[in-house]
Amino acid sequence: MRDIAIIAFAQLPNRRRHTDREEVELVQPVVAEALERVGLNKSQIGFTCSGSSDYLLGRPFSFVSALDSVAPWPPINESHVEMDGAWALYEAWVRLQHGDIETALVYAYGKSSLGSLRDVLSQQLDPYYTAPLWPDAISLAALQARAVLDAGWASERDFAAVAQRNRAQGKRNPNAHQVGDYDVDALVAEPYLVEPLRKHDCPPISDGAACVILATAERARTLVKRPAFIRGIDHRVEPHFLGMRDLTESPSTRLAAERAGAAEGKLDIAEVHAPFAHQELILQRALQLADDVQLNPSGGALCANPMMVAGLTRLGEAANHILRGDAGRVLAHATSGPCLQQNLVAVMEAE
Amino acid sequence: MERCAVVGIGQTKYAAKRKDLSIPGLLREAALRALADADLTFKDIDAVVVGTAPDMFEGIMMPELFLADALGAVGKPIMRVHTAGSVGGSTALVASHLITSGVHQRVLTVAFEKQSESNAMWALSPAIPFQPQLTAGAGGYFAPLIRAYMRRSGAPSHVGTLVSVKDRLNALKNPLAHLHLPEISREMVEQSPMLWDPIRYLDTCPSSDGAAAMVLVSEAHAKSPTPPAWVLGGAMRSEAVLFSGRDQVNPKAGRDAAKDLYAQAGIHDPRKEIDCAELYVPFSWFEPMWLENLGFCDEGEGWKLTERGVTALDGELPINMSGGVLSTNPIGASGMIRFAEAAMQVRGQAGEHQVDGARVAMGHAYGGGSQFFSMWLVGSQKP
Repeated sequence: MRDIAIIAFAQLPNRRRHTDREEVELVQPVVAEALERVGLNKSQIGFTCSGSSDYLLGRPFSFVSALDSVAPWPPINESHVEMDGAWALYEAWVRLQHGDIETALVYAYGKSSLGSLRDVLSQQLDPYYTAPLWPDAISLAALQARAVLDAGWASERDFAAVAQRNRAQGKRNPNAHQVGDYDVDALVAEPYLVEPLRKHDCPPISDGAACVILATAERARTLVKRPAFIRGIDHRVEPHFLGMRDLTESPSTRLAAERAGAAEGKLDIAEVHAPFAHQELILQRALQLADDVQLNPSGGALCANPMMVAGLTRLGEAANHILRGDAGRVLAHATSGPCLQQNLVAVMEAE
Repeated sequence: MERCAVVGIGQTKYAAKRKDLSIPGLLREAALRALADADLTFKDIDAVVVGTAPDMFEGIMMPELFLADALGAVGKPIMRVHTAGSVGGSTALVASHLITSGVHQRVLTVAFEKQSESNAMWALSPAIPFQPQLTAGAGGYFAPLIRAYMRRSGAPSHVGTLVSVKDRLNALKNPLAHLHLPEISREMVEQSPMLWDPIRYLDTCPSSDGAAAMVLVSEAHAKSPTPPAWVLGGAMRSEAVLFSGRDQVNPKAGRDAAKDLYAQAGIHDPRKEIDCAELYVPFSWFEPMWLENLGFCDEGEGWKLTERGVTALDGELPINMSGGVLSTNPIGASGMIRFAEAAMQVRGQAGEHQVDGARVAMGHAYGGGSQFFSMWLVGSQKP
């Protein structure tokens, strides 16, 4: 495979609600910022790919309106996935392997605030047997958390410790919005939201947008000092029917990490897309992260969880550490679907 | 760049309502036929790429998540493409890129729509803040473009009718087509109700349930019982939907994509070098419009090809041999059906609607407000 690098990442500050912005207004500023960062203009982009979900906006073709944010005239080489932007990045990475283009722009946006998100997400479920029961996203996550507790390798206190650590780390991230100093003892004294999950174990609802620019190795070196070279990227899916899965494990993450070559060197940082506290513990085990790997310095999805964007943001945040020069080898992970059904892992390195 | 070959093609029987099948069942009918055609099983597949139009059509958010099990994707990569009406074509191209990039060896791609489980007119007509509500469906959007084409080109008003009849006659030779209208005639089309002037009821596509699937492989794996169709090139282009001065009748995105496609395949004179094409014609008048947009003739000349019978099954440049979108329209799959039917022609698999000696064929799809285009060329000879 050709070496492709992330050369720029821009994100809108995540908020509980961006009431004053519709699709184009969410995306246009991050596209402009990412291009400016590497001194490119839109006519120098070889391929554009985006990720979003119509269901969040309650309308068909919301990505058609969002396309205006890249001012597609003259016409552009462009595609869209109805998935988290991390998979749009994957498609762009595949497209760049062909060697006929040198750059790609990826964006994602999500307005999670418009409906009752936990109920909206229940419409991702099998429409014949599961969705009609309206099991909401938090209840399904609670089912998974219960399975973890029953397996005996983690406690509710461990969940709280994950939340406490991420939200403390998130204080240094100006784009996060659910941050602060918490005391684990106080957290576990809180009432349940959906047993065994308490409010702190769950992600905030966030509106946001992000943009990543990719380039071939040769082009990347001319545009930035330290491109974040993607050494491996892979994604895998698990059965949809929850009864067919061991919810305490994430075999798709394990396999994707293996295929991405995660274990082939020492990792400095991992940005893991774990909307719920117990999911970080599951992913940590699946990724076999060593104790000295700095986990989610951004605060992760527990501090800001814009749907369809949070996965791409993990890739961008991880790449930023290489671009800025404070890490040599990083891992990024994105997830989609109920209870970590689908997972993507990328490993990035400095040259 | 690796070569990509189509070694398996499968389609469902198309109908207004496939009440005998669930959504996964519908996809499996197409996928299993494609795998059988390729002499492969789900186990041989490296990755799956799914395409469908807006999630609201079936009322399932990101349906590929629940379809993963039925498509044998567990433990594999699965992706979901959505590029409006062009999605079936774009999905095939995204799948082909997984092969041509060298990332995978054998990819299954499936596109579907089960329109009977929802209401497309409803799904297409929500009230969106700060935008005029489009309650007229797709026909209401495209009728003015057709009128603009008629005015520009001076085409006589019966040209659309000719396409409506021709495509329904072709559909009679395609056992899988949704509409089988043996009594179809110009009078029948002209007497059908006017929906959106100049589009009459029989100038429009039906609402269908159906899925189409293909197995795409790298050269090393191109060993199917039926010789493969080779992908000679593929192109996608998009442009903004609304801005002053935009030519929606002959959109630049379509012209640019065709130019790119011909350059990849080394085509200099598409009219002579392409034997037949499956074009995305949801309203009859789009046949002459796309003939011009794709460079099969000069601007303003498309209707003359249609009128002279050039695009008939036994014409010089047959278009929509399968009966086209006018006879079968599971929206999310319609583009992939075009791509798959083109491949069937160069593999000699099209049965009664086969064009004798077809060696190079085009599959084409468009979507949104005539703003998203995807197309490919396939050939019987390895490029």
